[in-house]
Amino acid sequence: MAELWNTYLWPLIIMVAQSLLLLVVLLVAIAYILLADRKIWAAVQMRRGPNVVGPFGLFQSFADLLKLVVKEPIIPAGADKVLYLFAPLLTVTLALAAWAVMPVAEGWVLADINVGILYIFAISSLGVYGVIIAGWASNSKYPFLGALRSAAQMVSYEVSIGFVIITVLMCVGSLNLSKIVMAQHDGLANMLGLPWLTFLNWFWLPLFPMFVIFFISALAETNRPPFDLPEAESELVAGFMVEYSSMPFMMFMLGEYVSIVMMCALTTTFFLGGWLAPIDLPPFTWIPGVIWFSLKCLLVFFMFAMVKAMVPRYRYDQLMRLGWKVFLPISLVSVVVVAGVLMAMGWAP
Amino acid sequence: MTSVPLPVLMPALPEILLAVGAMVLLMIGAFLGEKSTSTITGLAIALLVFVLGLLVVAPPYGTTFGGSFVLDSFARFIKILSVGGSAIAIAMSIGFARAEKFDRFELPILMVLATVGMGIIVSARDMIALYMGVELMSLALYVIAAFNRDNLRSTEAGLKYFVLGALSSGMLLYGASLIYGFTGHVGFAGIAASIKANGAGVGFVFGLVFVLAGLSFKISAVPFHMWTPDVYEGAPTPITAFFAAAPKVAAMGMFLRIVVDGFGPATAQWQQVVVFIAIASMTLGAFAGIGQKNIKRLMAYSSIANMGFALVGLAAGTAKGVEGVILFMTIYLAMTLGAFAVILSLRRKEGMVEDMSELAGLSRTHPAVAWSLAILLFSLIGIPPLAGFYGKFAVFGAAVEQKLWTLAILGIITSAIGAYYYLRLIKIMFFDQPVAAFEPMPMEQKVVLTGSVAFVLLFVVFGNPLIEASARAAKSLF
Amino acid sequence: MTVFSFAFYMFAVITVASGLMVTLSRNPVHSVLWLILAFLSTSGLFVLLGAEFVAMLLVIVYVGAVAVLFLFVVMMLDIDFAALKGELARYMPLGLLIGVVLLMQVAIGVGVWTVADGSEGLRQAVAPTEIENTRALGMLLYDRYFLLFQLAGLILLVAMIGAILLTLRHRKDVKRQNVLQQMWRDPAKAMELKDVKPGQGL
Repeated sequence: MAELWNTYLWPLIIMVAQSLLLLVVLLVAIAYILLADRKIWAAVQMRRGPNVVGPFGLFQSFADLLKLVVKEPIIPAGADKVLYLFAPLLTVTLALAAWAVMPVAEGWVLADINVGILYIFAISSLGVYGVIIAGWASNSKYPFLGALRSAAQMVSYEVSIGFVIITVLMCVGSLNLSKIVMAQHDGLANMLGLPWLTFLNWFWLPLFPMFVIFFISALAETNRPPFDLPEAESELVAGFMVEYSSMPFMMFMLGEYVSIVMMCALTTTFFLGGWLAPIDLPPFTWIPGVIWFSLKCLLVFFMFAMVKAMVPRYRYDQLMRLGWKVFLPISLVSVVVVAGVLMAMGWAP
Repeated sequence: MTSVPLPVLMPALPEILLAVGAMVLLMIGAFLGEKSTSTITGLAIALLVFVLGLLVVAPPYGTTFGGSFVLDSFARFIKILSVGGSAIAIAMSIGFARAEKFDRFELPILMVLATVGMGIIVSARDMIALYMGVELMSLALYVIAAFNRDNLRSTEAGLKYFVLGALSSGMLLYGASLIYGFTGHVGFAGIAASIKANGAGVGFVFGLVFVLAGLSFKISAVPFHMWTPDVYEGAPTPITAFFAAAPKVAAMGMFLRIVVDGFGPATAQWQQVVVFIAIASMTLGAFAGIGQKNIKRLMAYSSIANMGFALVGLAAGTAKGVEGVILFMTIYLAMTLGAFAVILSLRRKEGMVEDMSELAGLSRTHPAVAWSLAILLFSLIGIPPLAGFYGKFAVFGAAVEQKLWTLAILGIITSAIGAYYYLRLIKIMFFDQPVAAFEPMPMEQKVVLTGSVAFVLLFVVFGNPLIEASARAAKSLF
Repeated sequence: MTVFSFAFYMFAVITVASGLMVTLSRNPVHSVLWLILAFLSTSGLFVLLGAEFVAMLLVIVYVGAVAVLFLFVVMMLDIDFAALKGELARYMPLGLLIGVVLLMQVAIGVGVWTVADGSEGLRQAVAPTEIENTRALGMLLYDRYFLLFQLAGLILLVAMIGAILLTLRHRKDVKRQNVLQQMWRDPAKAMELKDVKPGQGL
């Protein structure tokens, strides 16, 4: 009995507790990130944004949640009921599952697996199924068109994301996300003789083109504007989500934002040094890693939000051209270049 | 980081050069567009000729890549044949492509890539490398069979070839997995050692039969010949010429290597299979060719019968037999390329002609072409002192030496039956009333035809070095 | 029963069951979805074997890319599946025959099965302990199987050339956007400013 307790039950309880903690923090954070998104958007358009529920509209997201929960879910008569309800569930589950391997501070990670990046890449490549299944199961024209667009779009941009990740991997020599962060501990700054400017160590500087490509591909991968073709409201009404209402709709929204924040976290981990402090001097090193991590994520999210507010939507052929004819060749060439430089200089880990 | 030293690359140098060259050509083509076709064709031929020269002077380097690739004098000999065959086939396609207006730069590139595959299968010393080589060669061949994509017959040929080829690859893989399961090895040396130690069990024999079935497809031996006539007829003619020449020789080389090198200790087992395939191919090739009207289909059945003859030599299972097969394939290559040079020149203003009756009176309209073709056909029949006779003599002689009387006698009978359709073609050319004349023959085809006829005629005088070389090649396999 | 064997049996049962459902479900889209489930549970089996790299690649390549295209095609296809079922009945005897032959071969294979002495030990030693299995795989692929790896690349190149060659047609009647051309347009040449006097027109 004691053995069972020690080997199975107690670790299980700890695991569940950790997961729950991460989930709760994440979901609360998402509520405010959603609000921030709307506020930034409003600010760019010189509006006030949501400001009624709570002080400065701070409880707006919770009010929206309540509203969506109590609304009536509508399932179209011709829909494939099981798949129709399965799709939003899948979207939100996958989006949350990816967080299992994300280190938010040193040692603060649920599953520190060796192939962390591949796991995230695999999970995010599954994300497309939520959209396709939703579009098909709705048994309706607009959702189906949206699903087709989305499938093509996500598959296309996954390719360049994959190559960007490979360049990062080559600089690190491991697929473990914690090791990727630790690999950014020293680098360019030390070479320049300014070891306290640790933000120069991070990969955003040596791999700057990859950083840009990753950021834009992340927008496309999460169907954010200007690549929100799957739900382009002016052409497809709302794309694959047309028929959804109430809880299932909320799950899609939630899944979308969770994966957006995931992409911000990935950008942070790959290029902005994860939980590392930007300057290796006392006031900065006192702040715990998780705060730095969150701040960096928020910075990236701010860029996401600004892009949404400022850039008009791409046309479909422009989207495909950008993915296949611009990003793919550039990222492919830089894989070769980075590998060559690492080998030539003897920097390969 | 522990750095791993590169494996020894010299034995694979010809393949590496061809592969890298093909990629460079592809880049040139992709950036210059369709107008670069003739440049690329020229460069592809130059590349092949360069590699050919390299192969001629190269010493047999031995084994590399962990024992899965070998360049011995057998591989070198077969590679010289297949690289030369590819170069000639590409050269013969120039005039055709220009006249038919489907000159696209991918054709020579795919042919070069197929040649890489041929090099691999001849040199492969384990099942996986063999399979990869087969796929590389076949995939390129499927595509170029359907090259003329707006032509229904060409696409049909490509599709048929692809579907049946995929089936045969499946059989090859299934057999290979059985052999791996029962011997515990994928390398030929390991397989042979395991059979020697444990004998050839039922499971191994099953695998053997499947592998041989998959390989017979590639050399179009009966009962896996179904694709040959349709593909020969449907594919554009220069591509048919390519199919009939280089890949056949390479696939035969692969066949020889795997049965001798890998299944050597199980000779009694594979001999039965090879005898059966040989008899079936010779018989079907001889009888089915009789009713044909289309000259490309005729060549298809002729090649099926010839593969049967070649396998007679292999059935002997001795170094002498393998030497016979190598010699036979060399002579077959020369004759086939010559015959296709003639077929490619059968062009009137309105387009290509493929019907045998259109050859009527060729002796009066184009006497030189008619006489050349007649010599080639006599050689295919096996009339001494032409080269074809020596090829057949070598393979039947090896069979007789091993007391395989039935096989040898059947071979002679079927070659007498097969003589009927060759003679009928000669009769049409020399004794029928002439129809309209053809366009004059392009230069490159003239050169190929002259070379081929000279080879066939002069083999009796200058053939000895070739016989010695093939004996050396055969010896390196045992 | 340990957690390990529980997980193994769970994944194994799901794999087999969803494989069965691929063939049994009436709707082809459902078939593809079952197939995806089969892939996923197979990758779970790989994880149990300690082959995490292969497991993730299975998900990324098969589920993330191949099955998406599958699903694409199946959704777009307009096939009368009732008619296909009729066809199925016609070819059933042949199919059964092939099935029986294959089954017999499996029986032969199992019947003469012998386990080599060292094989059990080798099976235990699949996962190297002192080295990550991603790294171990890389060492093998780029060293022992260097030739095969490169050949696989060449085969894919040929497949790509073939696909482009046989299907790509440049349509002449489509207007294409040339972004560079648009960006390099010179406003001074593209526009002409005219001073239009009121009441006079041009």
